[in-house]
Order: sequence, then C-alpha cells, then structure tokens
Amino acid sequence: MKTPNDTGMNRTGIQTSPIDSRATERGAEEGQSTSLGGESRIAEVRLEMARMGETVGSMPPPATVKGMAKTAVTMMKGESPTLLLNKLGERLAFERSGVRLYEAVIDKLPAFTVDGALAGPGVADLRKIQEEELRHVDVCRRAIEKLGGDPTAMTPAADVTAVATMGLLQVACDPRMQLADSLQALLAAELIDNDGWELLIQLARGFGQDEMVQAFTQASDEEHVHLTLVRTWLASMVMHEAGIEEAIAAPLA
Amino acid sequence: MTLDLTAQRGTPLDQQRFTWREIAGALPISKLDDDAFTRVRVILMNGIMSDALRFKHIASRLNGPLRRPLAEVRRVEQHMQTMINWLLPADQSPLETTIGYEQVAIEVTAAIAQHEPDPYLAQVYRFGLLEDFDHLYRYSALLDRLEGKDANNILQSYTDVRPGRPTAVEHRAPVDDLRRHYDRKIAAPITKLHAITLFAGEYQTHDYYMHVGPLFSDPVARMLYAEIASIEEQHVTQYECLADPTESWLEKWLLHEATEVYNFWGCMRQESNPRLKAVWERFLDYELGQLSMVKDLFERIENRDPFSVIPKKLPEPIDFSSQRTFVRQVLKDEVDFRAVGTEIVPLEKETPRSPSVLYRDHMNSEGSPTQIVAANYEWRPGGELMDQAAVQATVH
Repeated sequence: MKTPNDTGMNRTGIQTSPIDSRATERGAEEGQSTSLGGESRIAEVRLEMARMGETVGSMPPPATVKGMAKTAVTMMKGESPTLLLNKLGERLAFERSGVRLYEAVIDKLPAFTVDGALAGPGVADLRKIQEEELRHVDVCRRAIEKLGGDPTAMTPAADVTAVATMGLLQVACDPRMQLADSLQALLAAELIDNDGWELLIQLARGFGQDEMVQAFTQASDEEHVHLTLVRTWLASMVMHEAGIEEAIAAPLA
Repeated sequence: MTLDLTAQRGTPLDQQRFTWREIAGALPISKLDDDAFTRVRVILMNGIMSDALRFKHIASRLNGPLRRPLAEVRRVEQHMQTMINWLLPADQSPLETTIGYEQVAIEVTAAIAQHEPDPYLAQVYRFGLLEDFDHLYRYSALLDRLEGKDANNILQSYTDVRPGRPTAVEHRAPVDDLRRHYDRKIAAPITKLHAITLFAGEYQTHDYYMHVGPLFSDPVARMLYAEIASIEEQHVTQYECLADPTESWLEKWLLHEATEVYNFWGCMRQESNPRLKAVWERFLDYELGQLSMVKDLFERIENRDPFSVIPKKLPEPIDFSSQRTFVRQVLKDEVDFRAVGTEIVPLEKETPRSPSVLYRDHMNSEGSPTQIVAANYEWRPGGELMDQAAVQATVH
C-alpha cells in the first residue's frame, strides 16, 4: 500500500527547480518594500481590535424563573455561576464533536488495515472510547440541567472550542489522510479533553459541587486512559513503519 | 409608512466614500447573541449587492456608452458589499453559514410568495421554497453528523428542520427549469422587485456553495455541496426567467437600483441591532443617490419617465419574521409538485420517460449524497447525539 512516506513527485521545495528558484530569489532581492516597519505593524492592528472589548457572545439568560432559582440555590459558592455553565457547555460541545471525530476515524479504519493488523487500534478499541465520549455528553447535560441551564445552547466557550478543533475534524474526515494522521488529530483532541476535564473538576470543587466533582472525576479518569491509548497507538504505528520495533514495547505515557 | 421615491435624492455618488477600516475593520455580528434575522438580512443584502455588481459587469460588456457610469456606481457597490459580507463572524463555520443561507432562502421566499400579486410567480416561488426547505434539512444532518453541532443554534427556532421536496427528485432537465416571464408593461412594480431579489439571493447561494464545497475534506460533504449547488443553479435559471427579457439594459439597471433601495429600506425598518440599523440607513441613502443618477440617465438616454418603470412609493417591505405556518401549509399541499416545461404540475403529470426523469435517474444512478447524509435523520434539540447519550445513560 502506498504511504505518504514513500518518495514521489513533491514539487514544493526550491531544490525541485534550482535555476528557477535562484531567479525567484534574485527577483525578490531586486524588489523594494513599499512600507516601513515590520511585523509590529500587524501587532498594532491586532491589539487595537482586541482592545475594543467585544466577545463572540454571551451566556443565555435562564429561560424560566425556576431555572434562575435553581442556579442561585445550587451555586452556594463562587462569584460567577455562569462561568461554570459556560465551561460545561464547552465540554458538552467538545464531547459531542468528539463522538463524531471518532466516528470519522472508525469509518475509514478498515481501509488502513487491509495488509493485516497494524500496530494501531482496532475498531472495537475506538468504539469503546467513542461510547465513553457519548456518556460524557450526558454527564455534561445533567450537570447543566442541575444548574438550571439549557444544554442545547451554544455557549461562548463551546463556540470557541469548535473553532479551535475544526482542523482536527478536517484531518479525520479526509480520505487521503492516513491512520497515523488521524491518530495525531485524536491525540490533540485527547490532550485538550484531559485538561478540560481537570479544569472542570477544579471549578466544580470551587463552586462546592461535590456530586459533579465525583461524576467529572470518573470522566477524567476515562479520558486519561484514552490519552494513553492514543499516544501509544500513534507512537507504535510510527515506530512500526520506521522499522524500529523495540520501541513499541515502551509506551511514552 | 412608505418611502416616496419622487422626493428622495439620497447621498450624491461623489460623497459615497469609504476607508478600508470602515468596510473591513468593524467587528462582525455575534453568531450567538444577534437575532437570526439580523444574519438573514446580512446574507440577503450581500446577495443583492453581489448581483448588483454581476449585472453591471455584464451590462458593461455589452454597452460601451454606459461603461463609465456603470463603473462609478459599481465601485461604491463593491465596497458596500464588502462592508456587509464582512459583518459575518469568523467563528461561524462555512457549514453554519450555509444553514444561514438556507434560512434566508426559506424565510425570504416564503414572505415574498405570500405577497406576490402574480399567481404564476407566486406558484414558482412556492415551488422553489420547498426545495430550499429540503436543503436546510440535508445540511442540518451534515452539521450534526459531521461536526456534532445543532443547526438550531443558527436558526434560533424560527425555521423547521424536516424534509421538503427531496433534493434527489429536484434534479431536472434544463428545459423544465425555464419559466414564463412577467410582462414588463403590465406587471406590478413589486413583482419586478421580488423577482430581482430572489434571483440575486439564489445566485449568491449558488456561488457560495461552489466556493466552500471544496474546503471540506469529508467526501460526503463535498458531494452534498455539489448536489445542492446544482439545484441552486437550476433555481437561478428558474428565477432569472421570470424577468421580462424585452426590458432594456437601462430599464433593468433602474429596476435593480430600485430593488436595492427597497431592500435596504426594509432592513432598516426591521433591524434589531442598532449598529446594523445605522449601516442599512446609510446604504439606503447611498442607494437613493445611485437611483437618482440612474433615473437621470434613463430620462436622458431613453427619453422615458423612470416612474413608468419603478414605483413612486415603495411597496410594503419583505417581512423578516418566521413564516412557519405558511411553509407547513405549502409543504402539505405542494410537496409532490413537479415542473414540466414552464409549468408547475402535480406529480402524475410528469411522465416516466420525460427529460427530467431520465436526467435525474442518471445523476442519481450512483447514489444521491443528500439521501446518504440524512438517512433516517430526525432533528432533535442539541443534535441526535443528545438523545443517544440519554438512552445510553439509562441502559447502563
């Protein structure tokens, strides 16, 4: 099976065309910049715009008086109860997209195992993780509802995390991108997810939400396992392809 | 309240100026906090302005003496369109923006269909409406099943997400996308403004799908955009046929400017975001200035009264609100309708060996992406995974 590590016709570097690339270099040297300064000019605009103090959006108001009371009663501690709801919305969105992310990898997995078992995961391995991600969706939903929030709302943090992870989905869904590429995307997702749950536990603890701390800790423990597994599969696959078999026995985690 | 076009001169063209900061440096609307109809207006007006540019370029290719005034107005309109389109935020993914585009197609077409005085054109609008309604359902399934997101975060519960006339049966032979045109001499002015508004909207939707389709890595997403973009091309064909081809270039230009005035005025009257309201008001004044200029050209070159073509007073604006009840009724009554030649007919009038059936059967012979993506899909609040997660939790 062809792999992207095989030598082919990649034309992107200057060494592909030594004569033309020298001409391009000379052309660039002969040209003169039309404005003074450097990258700091870009920085000035970025800073000015950031100082305008806009956000991507806000938290939804409680839909009912009951919801408002619920939030107030449940949140005995902490100054910003909606912050916890915002971060819960982020986790929910991340886990929900995570289910889709794993689905995309599972769907194309058989295409990468036609030559026999590789050092990577099997469908059952990924399916188990995916089921746990789905369970985490429900953990988040329950926590949001307990606080009187609306689990169907896209919170600002949920919106931001979707922007941050768009590239991961693009990798997982691309039929040309290999299993190791998809595992790289899963690894990035699991790293974000692990820290996300850790932060959520700290927040829940700070807000005196003991029941949530317990549920989140279980989710976090499962995420630790996901991270270790994905890391190991990725390292093993790369080492296997490189022909460095002994490294497989010593996972990085 | 209406707007008297005989009394308005608007901002003179030479005072219609911008800086880069103005057109591209303002912060966009909020995907989360702004009303969905604010996004609808932004998308619609981007479509109107992109068609203003398109029309003027084609006019310029075929009308030497008009090239200079066309270029002068077009330059301002280029910057107006930029300022409008740049109001869309970067956290709104191409697929989420697509959901917004379909909401525009549904809600605006439904509002227009109810106020169109020509029964044939109203029928054509209802026909197209049910097709865009189906596209929303297919794209919502993609958003849910690809990104794990809920289309209703964009739609804000104004618009139903359910199948319309299935996209797989919308594919028609070109001959069945042709429509009869209004008669320029007897058609009501609002009929002309409606037709221009809709083909401008559909044209930009087609172009948007053609631009963003290849940005997706998912093979089903790529095919889905290709399939729906093909229908949007059919819709452009359908809607542009509605305009009378015997209108002169200047007459068409005059009508286009009047359509722009009409729509900016409608946006200004109904806008809930004060910052955007000010943009619509400014652009209404700009468009009134451009209309004045084209009125003068029309009088001078064609020696005709511009108000023999455009209305003296603007008709009631397009209603930017949920048209759910109307859409459901049309869905109930007309979902099985088909097009044969220029006529919209009941299903049984389409014969098994008709050009459209043969064309459709071939296009779908290796599967229809719109059927694949939405297989057994039903919209649920928060997306279908929310229910699956709840079910899984009760099982364990």
